[in-house]
Amino acid sequence: MNISRRQMLILLPAAAVAWEAVLAGTPEASPNYKLTEHWWGMLVDIDKCIGCGNCVRACATENDVPEGYFRTWVERYHVSDYDMANPVVDSPNGGKNGFPPVLESGGKDFFVPKMCNHCADSPCTQVCPVGATFISPDGVVLVDKTYCIGCRYCIQACPYGCRFLNPKTHTAEKCTLCYHRITKGLTTACCEACPTGARQLADLKNPNDPIHAYLRTHEVQVLKPYMATGAKLFYHDLDGSVR
Amino acid sequence: MPPVQGYMYPNEIELAWSILIVVYPYITGLVAGAFILASLERVFHVDAVKPTYRLALLTALAFLLVAPLPLQLHLGHPERSFEMYLTPHTSSAMAMFGFVYLWYLMAVLLLEIWLDFRRDIVLLSQRTKGLKRVFYRVLTLGSTNISESALRIDDRVGYIVTVVGIPSAFLLHGYVGFIFGSVKANPWWSSPLMPVVFLFSAMVSGIAAVLLVYMFSTWYRKKTIDMRCVDTIARYLFYTFLIDCSLEMLDLIHRIYEADESFRSLDFMVHTRLYLSQIVIQVYIGTLAPIVLLALTQLLKLSEKARKRIYAVAGSLVLTGVFAMRWNVVIGGQLFSKSFLGYTTYKIGLVTKEGLLTGVVLILLPLPILWALVKLLPPWQDAESLAPAGPVATQGDD
Repeated sequence: MNISRRQMLILLPAAAVAWEAVLAGTPEASPNYKLTEHWWGMLVDIDKCIGCGNCVRACATENDVPEGYFRTWVERYHVSDYDMANPVVDSPNGGKNGFPPVLESGGKDFFVPKMCNHCADSPCTQVCPVGATFISPDGVVLVDKTYCIGCRYCIQACPYGCRFLNPKTHTAEKCTLCYHRITKGLTTACCEACPTGARQLADLKNPNDPIHAYLRTHEVQVLKPYMATGAKLFYHDLDGSVR
Repeated sequence: MPPVQGYMYPNEIELAWSILIVVYPYITGLVAGAFILASLERVFHVDAVKPTYRLALLTALAFLLVAPLPLQLHLGHPERSFEMYLTPHTSSAMAMFGFVYLWYLMAVLLLEIWLDFRRDIVLLSQRTKGLKRVFYRVLTLGSTNISESALRIDDRVGYIVTVVGIPSAFLLHGYVGFIFGSVKANPWWSSPLMPVVFLFSAMVSGIAAVLLVYMFSTWYRKKTIDMRCVDTIARYLFYTFLIDCSLEMLDLIHRIYEADESFRSLDFMVHTRLYLSQIVIQVYIGTLAPIVLLALTQLLKLSEKARKRIYAVAGSLVLTGVFAMRWNVVIGGQLFSKSFLGYTTYKIGLVTKEGLLTGVVLILLPLPILWALVKLLPPWQDAESLAPAGPVATQGDD
């Protein structure tokens, strides 16, 4: 393709504007996306998770997550059949680089991917003093970083430890369920990167979403159901020892 | 002790709330306590504490002026804090802070201090010269009538303000307790008793602070300490402390007996990472020791000198204990994982925005402010004060 000098002169400022948006992390508009037609959640199949850490790395890259903080992480549980109430859990660097070999013998070992539960009655949203964190009409808990005052009350209120204060922006940060992707018909970075399909984005409002067939035929559980947060991160085969 | 023991969710390792959030409830507690002590004289006519009445109001003001500073310094974006007034999120316990604070500062404390000192301000505006005169004239807000009938109205309105002020003081600090008590994700905080415990510990610390400020200022001015006054304050301190201690014991016994899923984790924390600040400083040094000391003054006939010394020691221990209580609530509540599988460590910076130095400065800052307030509006009711209360020269009918 040949570009004339004139075309180049026209394209350069446009590219500069677009590049600014790319650097600022501003997603392009999604004119065909209708907020009210979706209600997002996620399904995690514990049996399928192999603890490779692809999801953690993909999330960090996609969302520019600062080192040492996690929008998603993977835990490894070792549950002894003699002491089921006290599992041994590790998550070196959030499981980003996978896991070292299991040291404890006996009992069972499994991986539990964790992230924001995008609760329908989210305690983090309730406590925000300025309403900077909110539930979008399509069921995703988001933070407006241009409005957040950085008080960290939401971090305290989250029962799942999913929030942190971004050391660069000094605002609360968490999983956005890759909102910039799902509103364009894509799946989340973690789901895309998972080699075994252990994570599946679920649109609970879409009757054709395979989640409905799955929920009808499988036993699923949410984390800390007694917290009554309306969590939408559904786990299949979740062991009772998982906190 | 390793920095992280067991398993913490990775985002929990670094504490979200620092020493500044310890200082904040400590300072607001002193405000509420000092005001409630002042109201004893005003509303409940406990004449014995009269010498501390105006001093207690100024103490409350000095601490209240500093109260929002730790929060401002703690915010990631302090320049946006005003949004809490403009677009408060009504479901948030924290969103009400600005309104409760402003209500208490403007509608209660400043109004009451102004009414109580109006006569002095008018007299000072007549007796001083130069800039000082201008300052006091501005403070009169144009109301220079200090006739007997005008002062009676002041007194009546002041009484109403104090009556409104008592529930406001309860609201101010009970509300601070609610900020913590309503966090269901955190079993160390989540308790309906939290606002009540905060309130009573606030009263205890405020009463102790005023007692110490009164004793120190009287000694500094080379005046005689009014023993009837300090004995009465000490008695109130003792009784309030007993209620506070009983409430905290109730909370403790309830937790031990119920022993829910968080208990083992919290119990382990209290016996390890919080042992020094909770068991040694808060319980032994900050609670049992002053209660025993104050009980001695109630049970035995001690000399004035001994009583004064005991009050000074007990007051200081109480202030230390209440600070430790705030520390254990705020910092302790973040040292364990919400998975109940691990523990982290609070790494306090020394000379950082949210470090130790900032915390110390913020706790001490109300003292020079109080000194300035006392210089501007002498609260003394003795010979050093202005002309004795009662009918004085009137000026105009405005």
